[in-house]
Amino acid sequence: MKNLSAFMIFLLLFAAGATLADSTDPPESVVTEAAEELEVISAVGLEASDTEEDAGGSVSLTWQMETVGSDPDSLGVIRSGPEGEELITTLPEGTVMYTDQTVDNGTEYSYWIVSYSGGYVQASSEVAAAIPSAQWIYRGRIGMLIILSLMAGVIIYFIESGKKGKELFIREIAGLAAVDDAVGRATEMGKPVLYIPGIMDMDDIQTIASMVILGRVARKTAEYGSALLVPTSRSVVMSVAQEVVKEGYIQVGRPDAYNKENIQYLTDDQFGYAAGVDGIMVREKPAAIFLLGTFYAESLILAETGRSVGAIQIAGTAMPSQIPFFVAACDYTLIGEELFAASAYLSREPKLLGSLKGQDAAKLFFMILIVVGVVSATIGDFWSPLKSVAEFLRRLVTVN
Amino acid sequence: MRLVIPLAITFTAGMIMILNFFVPHQPFKFLGENLQEWYMIVASGAIFLGVMNLMHVHTRKIRLKRKNWKYSPVTIIGFLLMLVTGLIYGVAESKPFDYLFMNMVAPMGATMFSLLAFFVASAAFRAFRASNWRATLLLTSAFLVMLGQVPIGAMIWDKIPLAKVWLMSIPNTAGQRAVMIGAAMGVVSTSLRMIFGIERSWLGGAD
Repeated sequence: MKNLSAFMIFLLLFAAGATLADSTDPPESVVTEAAEELEVISAVGLEASDTEEDAGGSVSLTWQMETVGSDPDSLGVIRSGPEGEELITTLPEGTVMYTDQTVDNGTEYSYWIVSYSGGYVQASSEVAAAIPSAQWIYRGRIGMLIILSLMAGVIIYFIESGKKGKELFIREIAGLAAVDDAVGRATEMGKPVLYIPGIMDMDDIQTIASMVILGRVARKTAEYGSALLVPTSRSVVMSVAQEVVKEGYIQVGRPDAYNKENIQYLTDDQFGYAAGVDGIMVREKPAAIFLLGTFYAESLILAETGRSVGAIQIAGTAMPSQIPFFVAACDYTLIGEELFAASAYLSREPKLLGSLKGQDAAKLFFMILIVVGVVSATIGDFWSPLKSVAEFLRRLVTVN
Repeated sequence: MRLVIPLAITFTAGMIMILNFFVPHQPFKFLGENLQEWYMIVASGAIFLGVMNLMHVHTRKIRLKRKNWKYSPVTIIGFLLMLVTGLIYGVAESKPFDYLFMNMVAPMGATMFSLLAFFVASAAFRAFRASNWRATLLLTSAFLVMLGQVPIGAMIWDKIPLAKVWLMSIPNTAGQRAVMIGAAMGVVSTSLRMIFGIERSWLGGAD
């Protein structure tokens, strides 16, 4: 009994001692970390400025982070303004810029950046202030404004010359001269004319140019008595095309020949539209096909199918990647600006011809600018005045 | 008045968009952004016009038994099937609409796209004929570019890929940029003509 009690006491003492040993001796690593703890880094060099070239209500902040010390968990942007001090946002550590777009013009705001660690503010930057305001012009676009104003001035000058009766020479554009022949061929063969205005919507300038030409083609088909089919890829284009064709038929005194169902909407889907138009070509076998507007990958599908049904094809687009396909597959191709010249060319109105001359004059100006720029950039490495000229031209034509 | 109102609207909208590009100050920024949103809303609403036109044309074709009327039921059934499945089950992934789109519409579009391979070959066969010096130059360039694109070109002569890169990056790029500059001139001229009311044929002949 005595031995058992002693043994029990011994066991109790042993357990107590082991427990005390665990709780009183801290691990060596914790002691090491506490001794080596570094100060949390703060933001330095904080700059606050009105955001450039905007409608106001915005302040841009930039800063750097100190390099010696431990990284914060996150950063906070504090703003002081008429409403008092407030934390406007929390940013991930490592961020070095921020734009505050919740400020009012004409009011001064002060900012500072705080560094958080363990949920508390451990460091803070100096204060920087700015007053947001709106600007009246994008300075990076002044060069483009000057060029546009020059172009507009030249175009208006030649339009006025045209109005005064000055003779304006325009070279022959084979594709446009063939429009009458194409419609005449369709009339003789008793087959319809198919007009494809591209696959983009009315906000595309090529589609607008296409609608202008459609009006002229509609007048021709109404005069000659041919059917005009216009499958469209967009609902708005369908509506505009219906009105343009109807007006064309009314103008030549043939409102009875106008058939609204000939101008139909197919689908917005690119290849669905191509399939639908191909189906129309194969079934209706038009004698003349006009492909005028914006086209993408479906251009060759349409042009080759049109060729396979034996139609005369006149194509026109300003998409440089699709022009080679049209040149290979179509009888006539309007390249780039010729599509936009079609309206002036077909109508022969002096005002419109004048705008064509103005466009050509502007192109001549750009050609001279390119030659001067290339020579300046090439020789500028050896002669600094020309290098300055090259730099000036680069800034003039760069849009920011 | 029939002329004045559309011309005034065109001029105002055109000038707002031009000024919006150069002037960040209000109200031009606000007006420019909103005009573009309004256009998208109108274009989205106009889809109903297209749908009505589609249904009208094809139902009339079926009713009057016009030429090739048998294709019209296919169009109408396809349209209604997509519309009904989309409205009832939604357009999320793994719904019937998505299944039909991924397993019918997308493969059909890919099929049409694949036709390009054959059409390019047939167009190239027709276009690349040495009938005059220009066509011969075109043929030679095309031949070099095609050879430079495949490994056997480098095996024949290691300079062929370099020739291809030079052709694509110098003369080809120069030509494309020339077309783009000319087209840009045309765009500016056409836009100014319409904004200032000089070009009026888009009004429907109300010259």
